[in-house]
Amino acid sequence: MIGGLFIYNHKGEVLISRVYRDDIGRNAVDAFRVNVIHARQQVRSPVTNIARTSFFHVKRSNIWLAAVTKQNVNAAMVFEFLYKMCDVMTAYFGKISEENIKNNFVLIYELLDEILDFGYPQNSETGALKTFITQQGIKGQHQTKEEQSQITSQVTGQIGWRREGIKYRRNELFLDVLESVNLLMSPQGQVLSAHVSGRVVMKSYLSGMPECKFGMNDKIVIDKQGKGGTTDEPGKSELGGSGKQSIAIDDCTFHQCVRLSKFDSERSISFIPPDGEYELMRYRTTKDIILPFRVIPLVREVGRTKLEVKVVIKSNFKPSLLAQKIEVRIPTPLNTSGVQVICMKGKAKYKASENAIVWKIKRMAGMKESQISAEIELLPTNDKKKWARPPISMKFQVPFAPSGLKVRYLKVFESKLNYSDHDVIKWVRYIGRSGIYETRC
Amino acid sequence: MTDSKYFTTTKKGEIFELKAELNSDKKEKKKEAVKKVIASMTVGKDVSALFPDVVNCMQTDNLELKKLVYLYLMNYAKSQPDMAIMAVNTFVKDCEDLNPLIRALAVRTMGCIRVDKITEYLCEPLRKCLKDEDPYVRKTAAVCVAKLHDINAQLVEDQGFLDTLKDLISDSNPMVVANAVAALSEIAESHPNSNLLDLNPQTINKLLTALNECTEWGQIFILDCLASYLPRDDRESQSICERVTPRLSHANSAVVLSAVKVLMKFMEMLPKDLDYYGTLLKKLAPPLVTLLSAEPELQYVALRNINLIVQKRPEILKHEMKVFFVKYNDPIYVKLEKLDIMIRLASQANIAQVLAELKEYATEVDVDFVRKAVRAIGRCAIKVEQSAERCVSTLLDLIQTKVNYVVQEAIVVIKDIFRKYPNKYESVIATLCENLDSLDEPEARAAMIWIVGEYAERIDNADELLESFLEGFHDESTQVQLQLLTAIVKLFLKKPTETQELVQQVLSLATQDSDNPDLRDRGYIYWRLLSTDPVAAKEVVLAEKPLISEETDLIEPTLLEELICHIGTLASVYHKPPSAFVEGSRGVQHKRLPPRAGSGESTESPDVGQSGPSEAPPAVIPSQGDLLGDLLNLDLAPPTATVPSVQPSMQMGAMDLLGGGLDSLLGGDIGGSPSMGAGLGAAPAAMPASLGSAPAVGGGLGDLFDLGGGVGMPTGSYVAPKTVWLLAMKAKGLEISGTFARRGGIIQMDLSLTNKAMSVMTDFAIQFNRNSFGLAPAGPLQVLTPLSPNQTIDVSLPLSTSGPVMKMEPLNNLQVAVKNNIDVFYFSCQYPLSLLFVEDGKMDRQVFLATWKDIPNDNEAQFQIKDIHLNSDVASNKLQGSNIFTIAKRTVEGQDMLYQSVKLTNGIWVLAEMRIQTGNPNYTLSIKCRAPEVCPFVYQCYELVLKN
Repeated sequence: MIGGLFIYNHKGEVLISRVYRDDIGRNAVDAFRVNVIHARQQVRSPVTNIARTSFFHVKRSNIWLAAVTKQNVNAAMVFEFLYKMCDVMTAYFGKISEENIKNNFVLIYELLDEILDFGYPQNSETGALKTFITQQGIKGQHQTKEEQSQITSQVTGQIGWRREGIKYRRNELFLDVLESVNLLMSPQGQVLSAHVSGRVVMKSYLSGMPECKFGMNDKIVIDKQGKGGTTDEPGKSELGGSGKQSIAIDDCTFHQCVRLSKFDSERSISFIPPDGEYELMRYRTTKDIILPFRVIPLVREVGRTKLEVKVVIKSNFKPSLLAQKIEVRIPTPLNTSGVQVICMKGKAKYKASENAIVWKIKRMAGMKESQISAEIELLPTNDKKKWARPPISMKFQVPFAPSGLKVRYLKVFESKLNYSDHDVIKWVRYIGRSGIYETRC
Repeated sequence: MTDSKYFTTTKKGEIFELKAELNSDKKEKKKEAVKKVIASMTVGKDVSALFPDVVNCMQTDNLELKKLVYLYLMNYAKSQPDMAIMAVNTFVKDCEDLNPLIRALAVRTMGCIRVDKITEYLCEPLRKCLKDEDPYVRKTAAVCVAKLHDINAQLVEDQGFLDTLKDLISDSNPMVVANAVAALSEIAESHPNSNLLDLNPQTINKLLTALNECTEWGQIFILDCLASYLPRDDRESQSICERVTPRLSHANSAVVLSAVKVLMKFMEMLPKDLDYYGTLLKKLAPPLVTLLSAEPELQYVALRNINLIVQKRPEILKHEMKVFFVKYNDPIYVKLEKLDIMIRLASQANIAQVLAELKEYATEVDVDFVRKAVRAIGRCAIKVEQSAERCVSTLLDLIQTKVNYVVQEAIVVIKDIFRKYPNKYESVIATLCENLDSLDEPEARAAMIWIVGEYAERIDNADELLESFLEGFHDESTQVQLQLLTAIVKLFLKKPTETQELVQQVLSLATQDSDNPDLRDRGYIYWRLLSTDPVAAKEVVLAEKPLISEETDLIEPTLLEELICHIGTLASVYHKPPSAFVEGSRGVQHKRLPPRAGSGESTESPDVGQSGPSEAPPAVIPSQGDLLGDLLNLDLAPPTATVPSVQPSMQMGAMDLLGGGLDSLLGGDIGGSPSMGAGLGAAPAAMPASLGSAPAVGGGLGDLFDLGGGVGMPTGSYVAPKTVWLLAMKAKGLEISGTFARRGGIIQMDLSLTNKAMSVMTDFAIQFNRNSFGLAPAGPLQVLTPLSPNQTIDVSLPLSTSGPVMKMEPLNNLQVAVKNNIDVFYFSCQYPLSLLFVEDGKMDRQVFLATWKDIPNDNEAQFQIKDIHLNSDVASNKLQGSNIFTIAKRTVEGQDMLYQSVKLTNGIWVLAEMRIQTGNPNYTLSIKCRAPEVCPFVYQCYELVLKN
């Protein structure tokens, strides 16, 4: 199991050091600094073995988090734990920065004591932690016996992510379907790989212990229903979206509140949600993806000292919809001396420090096309190695789900309290963003 | 909220100030002081002098302060054991506190203080806490048992804590169960033989129930524990798999990977024809792909594991090539791992895409990545024959870029392509030669030299090229020197006229001026060969090279199996067994996959990853002692003074070569002992295959000893005693008993015909029904004299295998009709399959390795041969008598593994691996064959031969 956990600043100074196991000595702290943080080359692996001690590290801005062990630990678990640790810290004090860590070091030690016992990760749901690790410190004494056992039963309980007795005057929930669409396209316009990785993020402000059921236009479910004749499942959507088509989901993963065995057997998504914001599910699709933009590059080398670049982008969605925050990044060679750009729409600039022409368009409707052309002057070099021609990448945001996913329903049942599904105010929003959206040139 | 100020106190006399503050009456001031102490501790300052003062702050109602003091205690208690005892009272008191959080905190902290005196006091509170009414306290106490065990294992056993911990597996709270499982698993690791976890169907059921209810971390503990369970049968295995598969949709990647581990392990036990088996295979791919959208560090862990999974079960991800395409912004560690998997998944179906990608990668920035991409193009050419041409032209394009490391890498892989497809792409040699000067890496130089030597006859100026390398001979690395020596000898044998001087030069450089024994020995062997028997020299040096394997960097199967059992852990990231990086007794225990479905024991396949020379050869000593003697008698005195005397003999050799020897040389007639030629040939022939490892003559000699194959005393094939096939009462008095034998390559049916009737029998004839292997009488049944009553006659009927074929049930069933003057009688009998084992069934070692890899694992069958009291050499001799040939033998941890091959008359090859444990009379036999239905019959033969 995890033998120790260290947090360093960018200089390699220790901010937090917590050792859980006797086999990890103080010198481990220095070993990591010397061999990884101060190493000359780029980091070649997130796992480093130094003198039979293994170091796992992740970086958040310029802060290094390192877990140390001498055993054959579950490596995936260690990384998951480090990410979780970051989430917990962020939930408590915001951004992970040197200053915030120093300001909250007592809290961090307290958290580390709670969520990692002898190197075994324990309940690390912020919802639960916040009930008893408060930094007010004094809470311990004024709690009644009931309160105390409520805390412990929540921390260890089956529903560790939600506490009892939550009350809202207005029961409300927000569903965000956030998708990032990834593309790798050949210069000839052939899709080399494309996938959508999506997340359903939920903000729930519901009283009591509500039982929720979430439905989407999952092909497997729709097909099953089609076969089984009409059921009393809501055929019409309650939350907008026409839901006429179904989509094939390659794979999905769920927040731990979702009953996985139920999903496995019935493919229904039922759960008691955590309070506030959390990620209900992630999914991945590869079939019938709507690619919101097509990039058509044309690069011509004119002699040894000049490049002509022309890039056309075409939007490929309903004309009534608007894409926003469009950015096209056209890489330029390292020996670029000057660039002249002409674009029909938006603004384009050559950024020497980034070796790229950045073309920004605020808004663009569907089924439109726009073009940029640039002349790049090059300094003559004797470098024999050819320019690697990095791909043209694109960023954008569109108000629909490129995978075609539609929320069909989200039903809320709370038997003990006196509110029904109809009393809950529900909001759904679809946002499609570019993930790694690249076209080779 | 400005705790950061504590980090900045660097004044002198700080300790004294802190001391005063710690003893202050004001609570707030005390707390501030303790915070400062902890901050100093964090940055590595020694604040142990404040021990008594800090401990004095422990008695407080302020939980935050208490936690800080505890933190200090955990750090310094060891260095101040006497004073630490002061804290005991508070701990004991806190363990009785009304607040469960405080009880848990006390027991948690106490377990972290590694002071014997404190440990003694810990036992009673711990016992209470393990039975506490509050689950939070119980789950903390469960972990505390593991802590205590780490400090004093004996104490934990004596106090009976292990039993209490076991009881917690049945606790009503899933988190308590999970922590108990984690603690027990860890304790069990240091007691490999204890049956601590004592997993049985009941406990497994409890764990599976808890699995659905506990935290993500608890699920990992439970899944990791489940993975060490061995289900009793395939049904149990399936039911566990069914309950584990829902975990594949968990958001936590570690839960997913641990679930994959359980499934990969238990899948072994499921019969392959089971529908569920296929379903499970299909279910595994999507979650594995999803792992690739996790954060880069997790992607890396996932990719290292996928690498193992792809080697074990390529079918799972064979359609998922695209997801492994490298993204421009992937961290380099992710890129390199993806590339590795791409090569493994490359197949005819996706090769075009893969090649296009690889070409793209070859222009990237990172040198390691580019090299790997170039190498990958070469691997594709070798793996997918249809793509070879495109790969070669891609490589040529890359050579044109003139980027130094790209050129060198390309030449190294082109050499392998030449090996795989001889006489096909030699047109590119000219281009390669143009880049001779830019090669500065030994591997590339050696590869280029090999190419020049191998194709010396087509390169006009081969001698000049090689000579140019010779100038700095002593500055070259061994790899290059060895290669140069061999290449020049090759050149000499191909163009003897022009290159005499060159060959003499290199031989004397290698033998006289070199300190490297490998180089010297190889030099002497060539010298000797050339001077005594040029024909043999040609046989040796220009021998046909063994096939090179399609896959590289494969993990050795036994290791692979072990690593599969460690999916998700560090071992799977390092691709090393835990014993390689974990100190002490932990993790030294080797894990293995459960036995394959339909067999009695666990499986293992032969070592595919290693190349020939490094394998231990079968322990046979060549009977041709003269060969060995010859080598030993070789005049090894350094020929410093004797150069002149050697020289003439050298020239003699050359003369001979040009004169009389030439005919035989051209005729290709093998003059010398063929086995010798083949044996020595292995040395240089093996060379190019493993240029990197410089096997040198040592390896060659190894092969030399192992050759001679059939040295022992062939005992001859086993012939079963005759059995009665046709009863007299059923055949009007004719009784036929018989058996089958294979003698000197001829299949015979030995029959005894007995006349139990009252009248004479004549006019015998025999006919076979169509059968599986086309057995048919090669001649008429020769019963010349009439058979009188009560007379028995023995006849041997030669059989051929050219008869009509029809698959029989069982496979070795033979239906026979015998006619005599009375009637026609029918009977059926079964022949041992060894009848069909042909004499030239010894497979080349390299071919064996490649074939073994090539045959899908599904075709592997496992058997147990019980009660054999032979050592491996005797067994191997016995089997050889029946044309079951041992190709290689390895000894691993007291276990002999024999790799054997058999060829059937219809050309089917059967490969086998026999494992023999010293002192264990039961052998394990794994048989692989493209026609798996023959496996049980081959096994029968093994048993028959070994038992008689």
